[in-house]
Amino acid sequence: MKMENEINLKERRKSYWRANLRILAILMSIWFTVSFGCGILFVEPLNEIKLGGFRLGFWMAQQGSIYVFLVLIFVYVRFMNKLDRKFRFEEEND
Amino acid sequence: MNVQTWTYLIVGLSFALYIGIAIWSRASSTKEFYIAGGNVSPISNGMATAADWMSAASFISMAGMIAFGGYGGSVFLMGWTGGYVLLALMLAPYMRKYGKFTVPEFIGERFYSRTARIVAVICLIIVSVTYVIGQMKGVGVAFSRFLETDYNTGLYIGMAIVFFYAVLGGMKGITFTQIAQYVVLIFAYTVPAIFISLKLTGNPIPQFGLGGSVADGTPLLEKLDKVIQDLGFNQYTTSVNGSKLNMFVYTMTLMIGTAGLPHVIIRFFTVPKVSDARLSAGWALLFIAILYTTAPAVAAMARLNLTETIQPGPVGEATGNLEYEKRPEWFKNWEKTGLLKFEDKNGDGRIQYYNDKNKTFTTKAAEYGWAGNEMTTVDKDIIVLANPEIANLPGWVIALVVAGGLAAALSTAAGLLLAISSSISHDLLKGILRPDSTEKQELNASRLAMVGAIAVAGYFGINPPDFAAGTVAIAFGLAASSIFPVLMMGIFSKKMNRQGAVAGMIAGMSVTLLYVFQHKGILFISSTSFLGSMEPNWFLGITPNAFGAIGALVNFAVAFAVSKTAPEAPQEVQDLVESIRVPSKG
Repeated sequence: MKMENEINLKERRKSYWRANLRILAILMSIWFTVSFGCGILFVEPLNEIKLGGFRLGFWMAQQGSIYVFLVLIFVYVRFMNKLDRKFRFEEEND
Repeated sequence: MNVQTWTYLIVGLSFALYIGIAIWSRASSTKEFYIAGGNVSPISNGMATAADWMSAASFISMAGMIAFGGYGGSVFLMGWTGGYVLLALMLAPYMRKYGKFTVPEFIGERFYSRTARIVAVICLIIVSVTYVIGQMKGVGVAFSRFLETDYNTGLYIGMAIVFFYAVLGGMKGITFTQIAQYVVLIFAYTVPAIFISLKLTGNPIPQFGLGGSVADGTPLLEKLDKVIQDLGFNQYTTSVNGSKLNMFVYTMTLMIGTAGLPHVIIRFFTVPKVSDARLSAGWALLFIAILYTTAPAVAAMARLNLTETIQPGPVGEATGNLEYEKRPEWFKNWEKTGLLKFEDKNGDGRIQYYNDKNKTFTTKAAEYGWAGNEMTTVDKDIIVLANPEIANLPGWVIALVVAGGLAAALSTAAGLLLAISSSISHDLLKGILRPDSTEKQELNASRLAMVGAIAVAGYFGINPPDFAAGTVAIAFGLAASSIFPVLMMGIFSKKMNRQGAVAGMIAGMSVTLLYVFQHKGILFISSTSFLGSMEPNWFLGITPNAFGAIGALVNFAVAFAVSKTAPEAPQEVQDLVESIRVPSKG
């Protein structure tokens, strides 16, 4: 019985970690796209687009990317809390 | 009341508050001293982290760097905020799960090696000491400039205040004062920004004002682009920092450097749970973003104000430039401090402020009878410091900016001092030299280490060594090339062994230091720079400040190569890694 639990725990940890890495991969590619992509590599074509009084590329570099970073962290918090529950790794309140 | 009285009043009140907190929050155990008892709420820790992170440089200098760098200044904005995504997603939760007191402690245990722990302590101390010198200088300068005390006296007062809450309260005292300091500094930063945005664009929210229009209906940024281009400067919204490759690497260096700064990482040890550490990083970035999204607005608006003050009329007409005798009061004030300097090169009694490095424009300027740029010094710090005066704001706002700058410098200094003292008392003393010391002895030792750290920081603040000028290059470069990669490998590569980790840290650190030193001089003594700081010698055109990311790549490469030559990490270490990857026992 104990043996079985341990194998079970190992499996659960593995699946949890894989799911976590998938979330990381998605969120980090957005992180890269908005900052290094929109803010630096593709800034010129984006600057052709106007956003109110801003050129879009410039806005992404000085404002937009920061807002996206914020959203990314809070989305990550939600995803991970769900993941903790799904794989029964939530922490007890003490 | 005049500005001076206001400044004494507001700075005095804020200091009284910090001392009050110090007396109220004394630490009685090592757990309280190192990690504030481990029960700080995510939102409080987020606020404390924001103050811990935002230094004198963020508060005073960053807007100026953006104002004179334009689009190129974006590296600081993206770099110093994007690092929090890395921290939240890849480091903070796992470091919290590990759940001990210091960063070198994690490195030592994960890589089952005292050498690794000692190398980590050395990296931490170099990073934190260079960083803290800058804060100490900030305190001294703020005092001498606004309160007209002597620079050293100002520094002693700053040291005394930090001494009070850091020695008595450790992390506990620091946490509560940082929360108060955040409130002071964010208020001080946003109030003048709101006034200026309102005045210039009619929109009270600076983030929107930046995209708004000035009185004549032209968008602010378009107007700024035109006004400075007419004077031969690069277009604001497109001027790059070095090259695009340099911007890319620089941004990466600042991001991973941010995530690797020990004084920021240890803040995440103070929350009760792993899920709190994730959430807390979100709050921290929110509080930071309030300042970081305001800064570019302050930058653009102040640059426009400054340029139009000096060049009120058409470029090229004799009457288009400001008469020196009619310069505004703030101009005179800042001339006294040396942050602004004027030299009447063509002797016409008027000020010409233009880009005399621009060849095509200098020909034109010569036709106007201009004999070179006459604003020989325009210090970048002027953008934040003189902002309230340029916009004619009341005296209490100016006083508030002083209190805000001091809060930013003191809160960061305290966080750094704690990182230094805990690595000495916990890692070196308790961990390596005297493992059998009692908790009481360790607590006393940590207080003593704190006193020592304050004394060293104060000494360097008074006698700044040459290398203090390179704070950014050293601190971010080393954090990025040594600490960040080793932590990442510790969490994400279960089999990474101690041989790989130690070799990687040393390689990353050496490559970065070598690159910085060869261009800026050994320990920043410029006569010893054997390659000179000239651009042609830069590797792929990458500036020394931006090099940390390359050092990190070297670190990873060396670590993986060396790790293949030795047995993989022992089973109990791999078990440790597996256990920190999940939030609970399950």
